[in-house]
Parts: sequence; C-alpha cells; structure tokens
Amino acid sequence: MDRERVKFRIGKDKAFMALVILLSFFSMVPLFLILFYIMRNGLSSLSWEFLTELSKPVGEVGGGIANAIVGSFLLVVIASLPAIPMGITAGVYLSEHKRGRLSYLLRLAVEVLQGTPSIVIGIIAYLWLVISMGGFSALSGGVALGIMMLPVITRATEETLKLIPDSLKEASLALGVPYYRTILKVILPAGFSGIATGILISLARIAGETAPLLFTAFGNPFMNLNIIKPVNALPLLIYNYATSPYPEWHSIAWGASCVLICIVLILNFVTRIIAQRWKVQF
Amino acid sequence: MESTVLRTAGLSAYFGDNRAVKDVTLSIPEKMVTTIMGPSGCGKTTLIRCFNRMHELIPDSKVEGKVFLREEDIYAMNPMIVRRRVGMVFQRPNPFPTMTIYDNVIAGYKLNGLELSRAESDRIVKESLGKAALWNEVKDHLRRKGTFLSGGQQQRLCIARALAMDPDVLLLDEPTSALDPKATAHIETLMTELKKTVTLILVTHNIAQAGRVSDFTAFLYLGELVEFGSTGQLHTAPRDKRTEEFLRGKFG
Repeated sequence: MDRERVKFRIGKDKAFMALVILLSFFSMVPLFLILFYIMRNGLSSLSWEFLTELSKPVGEVGGGIANAIVGSFLLVVIASLPAIPMGITAGVYLSEHKRGRLSYLLRLAVEVLQGTPSIVIGIIAYLWLVISMGGFSALSGGVALGIMMLPVITRATEETLKLIPDSLKEASLALGVPYYRTILKVILPAGFSGIATGILISLARIAGETAPLLFTAFGNPFMNLNIIKPVNALPLLIYNYATSPYPEWHSIAWGASCVLICIVLILNFVTRIIAQRWKVQF
Repeated sequence: MESTVLRTAGLSAYFGDNRAVKDVTLSIPEKMVTTIMGPSGCGKTTLIRCFNRMHELIPDSKVEGKVFLREEDIYAMNPMIVRRRVGMVFQRPNPFPTMTIYDNVIAGYKLNGLELSRAESDRIVKESLGKAALWNEVKDHLRRKGTFLSGGQQQRLCIARALAMDPDVLLLDEPTSALDPKATAHIETLMTELKKTVTLILVTHNIAQAGRVSDFTAFLYLGELVEFGSTGQLHTAPRDKRTEEFLRGKFG
C-alpha cells in the first residue's frame, strides 16, 4: 500500500540530488570562464621577454612587466615580515586565552580588520606613511598589504591551534617543559600545516590587491628596489594598462593578469600539498 | 615500615570556590604501587595533579596544604623541577604526533633543551623502552612516528617517555581506561615490574584493577580521604562503611 509513497520519496530524493549537483556545477562556471578569458587573451603575450623586460613607451612593440613582478614580490616580502610573526603570535594568544578582556578586544579587532574595505586600509597607510614620509613608497604599500594579511593569519593560527588536543600540552608540561618551550616546540609544530596554509592563503589574497596600492606603492614604470620609492605591482599595472586607451597596453594587461592568476593558482596548489604532507594525526 | 617518598599534609584543592579535594593527609611508601580509588568525580585525578603541580595550571584553581617529595616542600620548588621528578601518564595516550618513537622517548630532554650525547640518548631510549616492555616491538621502527602504534603501545611509549626522565614517582591517571582488555593486562603486568625501580601512584575507578596491582589503597569519596591501608586489608576488611559499600558496588 505504501509502494507509491516510497516511489514518490525516492523520486524526490533523486530530484534533490540533481539540484545539488546542478548548483554545484554552476558555482564552478565563473572560475572556468575567468580562466578561459584570461588564458585566451593573455597567453599570446606571454614570453620570456615579457617576464624579464621593462615596459616600453607607447607605440613601441614589445616590452615586459619585470618591474611589476619584482615590485609585487618586494611588497609581499615587506608585508610578510611583520605580519607573519605578529599574526601567529596573536593567534597563539587567542587560542591560549579563550576568555578575558584582551582576548575579547583582540578577537573584535581581528574581525573588524577582516571586514575593513581594502581601500580604507590604503587610506590609513597613506595617512600614516605617505604623508609623514613625504612621498609614495613600497614601504607604505607593503604595510597596507601586511595589515590585510594580519587577520587572515591570526584566524588561521587560532583555528588550527584550537583543534590541537589539550592533552598534548599537558604531556609536555608534565615533563617539566616550560610553557614557552611547550608552545614553540610542541604546539606550533603540531599546527604547522594549518598555519602555513593560512599564510599562503593570505599571500594569494594580497598578491591581487589593487585598491590599497593606488595611493601607497603608486606604481612606477621603472625597476625599483628601494623601499622608500614608489614601486610597481602586478595589479597596479593591470589597472593602469587596462584603463589606458592603447590596444598594445591592453594586451600587456591581459598577459599580466595571466601571470597573476598563475601565481595565485600555484600558491593554492602549494597550500594543498603542504596541508596533506604535514598533516598531523593526533 | 617502608620509607615514605611523597606525603601530603592537610591538602585541599579548589576549582574556583569548589573544593574538590578536602584536607587529605597521606604518605606514599617508596617502590610500591599505591592506588587512589573512588567513584567518578571524587577528586582522584585532582589529587594526583597536585603531586606534580599540574592542578595549578587550570585557571581559577587553588591548592592549600603541603606536599612533600622526600621531605622537600614541592610548592616551594620550581614546578619544572617537580614535574621532572614526578612523572605522569594520562588517561588517553598522548605521544607527540610530530615526533618519531625515538624522539618521543627523549622528549623530556629535547624539549627542555638538555644536551645528550648520541650514545647517552641511545642508551636512555633503549633502557626506557625496555622498562616499558616496548623495546622488542619497536626496536626496528624507532624512526617511525609514535602515532602509528596501537593504543596500548602508545600508552607504553608514554610510560617510557616518563621513565626516561628517571623520576622518583610515576603518576598513572587511569592509564588503561582507553585501552582494550589485552592491552590493559599488559600494562598491569608492567606496573608490578616497574615498582622495583620507581614508586607508582595509580588512579583508577576499577576495583578489580586496584586489587590486582596495588600494595596500598586509598579510598577517596567526595574529595575526602575515607580510608587508607594495605590493599589486602582494605579490600577484605574495610574499616569504613562507605568503603565497604563502594567495594560491594552500591555506588560508583
């Protein structure tokens, strides 16, 4: 007597499954469209010269984006140097002190910082550094990007360390190991893969940030390694070239987009490999 | 009478305002197995965590009274030193997941930054694993991660790790509660072997286990030390009514 009803339920089940698969598929479409467009328009401009030469004046054929690649790398290094140790330390503090006034304030700060529009962070870096130092600089751009990395690393560290069982910490303390050595030699190594993943994700994120660089790193048509001078970056170059009226610059912007996307993809792959390779089993 | 290695005088332990251990005074004889027995939540674990100053790590906790290790007040000593002399094995095996079996055994030295020569560390690893009856099973896999071992082997690895520091006292906090009967039997045999060289304090709520392995038994109920005596006497002729009821399975 219930056969009809069971059939109906199985049918409903299948329809639901189909809907889930369809929607999951649709969510992948934008990514593949982006990749497709960038590859189609950008691959043709890629060459060894494109990666190693400086840009040429309007009207001349060829030219590369070496200054932007080096500039982006410089900015990422400047951002990472303070952001990685500060982010990890803050994450350790949060996971060690789940309650308390400082934890509450720190957690609030991290959340607000994570939600702060990147252009606002750029303005802050402009007020702090560009105005006080009297000019645009790689340093100010790096600081802006570092502020963006900070909450991501703090969050990743906290979430990773929260999953480490307390018994591990007790095992170390019960051997007479001081607290600071327990954190440095037991807890942080056990959380290595999660923390490294957080760092790489934050790098992938800031590598493509444009807004905070507009009035900090500013852009520079020449190669520059001086951190108190303006420097070019891949997203800045894309922004400037893509909004220019020259078709040859447009193709350079496509090529640079292609390079940027490849860097982000590689970072994501490395992240996955690290997460698997150094996964700790408790 | 046996010599005393560890004794408490009017020891109380608190979680916030909750007094989990109430005015306990007892003496632990050297190179014997002493069991702390009692129903769940009676303060057994809290009591032994006062013996290596682990209780104070819990926020809002407090300890009153005194604990003497070879007549030295441990609450006047550096806790790091106390914990090296009073080893601990936990309910769940907790080897360091990032370390090899070898490194787990000498973790107490490595993590404390104590330098060991190669020969010395080899000797300590072999001896400690031997004492923990694990050497024959792992001697060919010393470079593998400790977490690859079975639960019972992991627990013996944790015992070896504690023994490597050459402690005066080894605290065992329900060391077999997460293990199967076979691994449990193995650890129990090991305990009777270990007491030749080190004083053991075993926490258990398993009456049969207390009867099998221990020389002395303390019965703890609602944080109070109800009775302390030789295991034989306490199991056959308990002096207190509460002990008798616990042994007969009326509660706990």
